[in-house]
Amino acid sequence: MAPQISVQTENLTRKFGHFTAVDRVNISVEKGEIFGFLGANGAGKTTMIRMLCGLLIPSSGSATVAGFDVYRQSEQIKQTIGYMSQRFSLYNDLSIEENIEFYGGIYGLSNKKIAQKKSEIFENLKLGDWAKSVTADLPLGFKQRLALGCAMLHEPAIVFLDEPTSGVDPAARRAFWELIYQTAAGGTTVFVTTHFMDEAEYCNRISIMDAGRVIALDSPENLKQQYDQPTIQKVFVELVRGKERGEMEAN
Amino acid sequence: MSAIEIKDFGKNYDSLQAVKGVSLLVEKGELFGLIGPDGAGKTTLMRSVCTLLKPTSGQILVNNLDTAKDIISIRKILGYMPQQFSLYQDLTVEQNLNFFADLFKVPEEERARRMVQLYRFSRLEPFKKRQSGALSGGMKQKLALSCALIHTPEILILDEPTFGVDPVSREEFWDILAAIRKEGTTILVSTAYMDEAALCDRVALMHLGEFLTMGTPAEVVNRFPFPLYRVTGENLRSLRQFFLKQPNVHATQLFGDALHVSFTEAPPRSAWRGWRQESGGNLKTCKRQPPSIEDVFMELTRKGDDGASN
Repeated sequence: MAPQISVQTENLTRKFGHFTAVDRVNISVEKGEIFGFLGANGAGKTTMIRMLCGLLIPSSGSATVAGFDVYRQSEQIKQTIGYMSQRFSLYNDLSIEENIEFYGGIYGLSNKKIAQKKSEIFENLKLGDWAKSVTADLPLGFKQRLALGCAMLHEPAIVFLDEPTSGVDPAARRAFWELIYQTAAGGTTVFVTTHFMDEAEYCNRISIMDAGRVIALDSPENLKQQYDQPTIQKVFVELVRGKERGEMEAN
Repeated sequence: MSAIEIKDFGKNYDSLQAVKGVSLLVEKGELFGLIGPDGAGKTTLMRSVCTLLKPTSGQILVNNLDTAKDIISIRKILGYMPQQFSLYQDLTVEQNLNFFADLFKVPEEERARRMVQLYRFSRLEPFKKRQSGALSGGMKQKLALSCALIHTPEILILDEPTFGVDPVSREEFWDILAAIRKEGTTILVSTAYMDEAALCDRVALMHLGEFLTMGTPAEVVNRFPFPLYRVTGENLRSLRQFFLKQPNVHATQLFGDALHVSFTEAPPRSAWRGWRQESGGNLKTCKRQPPSIEDVFMELTRKGDDGASN
């Protein structure tokens, strides 16, 4: 059986005036895959994500997200995706329980569904003992788990995670990645954007963007072997600097 | 005489013990890294070295001067780059450098020489007329570093200088630090990126206000006592369940397209052959994996958790 495709782009391009932020990008992400999306500042990551979230119309090329077309079906796309930012969009003065109720309401879930989701989050994310605690008082690792839970309330087909674990201690980070692996095993596609290279090592495949183009796409292990570098950080630097060298020679 | 001598230093904020009695010597010319996640106490410790906070207990000496008493003399020999970008956003690159040179009373001729040097390090000269608020993240960090270096300090204190900086700028920033160190400057730098530890001469791993361990990066990594393997297979989740049932397995962790398995003692080759069969072909490859600083950190905090009440 052919794997189901969750995100597919073909020559996806976005220009702002004369500036090409995303330049003919082709990616194909399978359902249930954990896909890392890396790039330096200004490489085009954010523009790419905004197009895939249905927030920005491409200049040319095509893309489908969970089978929906980015030009014509952006509303359906918005209902099909979840988004979690490193700067959590949780309400600090609400309790864990209240945050879940609030986001459930925004997503238009029924009260019954919200109650069911609440108990799932308490159970799966081990937050039950803290249900009544005010979010501001929680350790960073707890906030992350709650933010993920809230981003997943409406059972999205694809969840976008923006630098999800920067700054937390290694134990909390690994616990969080366990949840991500669980999420992916349940069939949700996980898109991780980060410039923390150690987060990239946890992904199934990663793409590296530079100046609007995808300049590498493979599993972290294969990339390290291919470029003969010990870490993804080194691969990244090698790729971008190598490209700069090439451009200088070409000129 | 050490460049920085921290003796049983503790710092409380009301009832919160941010740093709990730590000791450390940073030698002259050393590049020393404080490695730890948010809330470890790194910033409190660095601000105290910079005379910005008074110890609750213990003492910190900088070039044998006491941070609680010799504040003015210490500030002359220190360069400090705080975590928050604290330059004037509406001043240009050049104006910011001049402002800091004025603050530290750097004489005219020396200032000109130093600027040339700093521009060479930072490659910011083409941008010297640009307002600092309009620089990229990586360039801002290089400018902040240059301002901290304008008075040619003996000792440089950098609080998470690479936080949020993209990988290429991060690499460049560390190259600059290596060059500054070569000139004889002592550097104390903090970071939450465990992989940056390898770039320091020595590191201390810090967690909840305490040092977990200290040493050269190689020494610290060697303190991970469990043989670690990178294992690949057809189905990693079931492979993981399989390994959790085997004797001598210490821990397992999914890592992208592989599984990391640590053992209480290295399994013989025959064991791997057996597992390949028992797993019904699920187990494909295995190879020894060098532990990372993160593995060491995990292990040391796991032990710490056994008796702790929180």
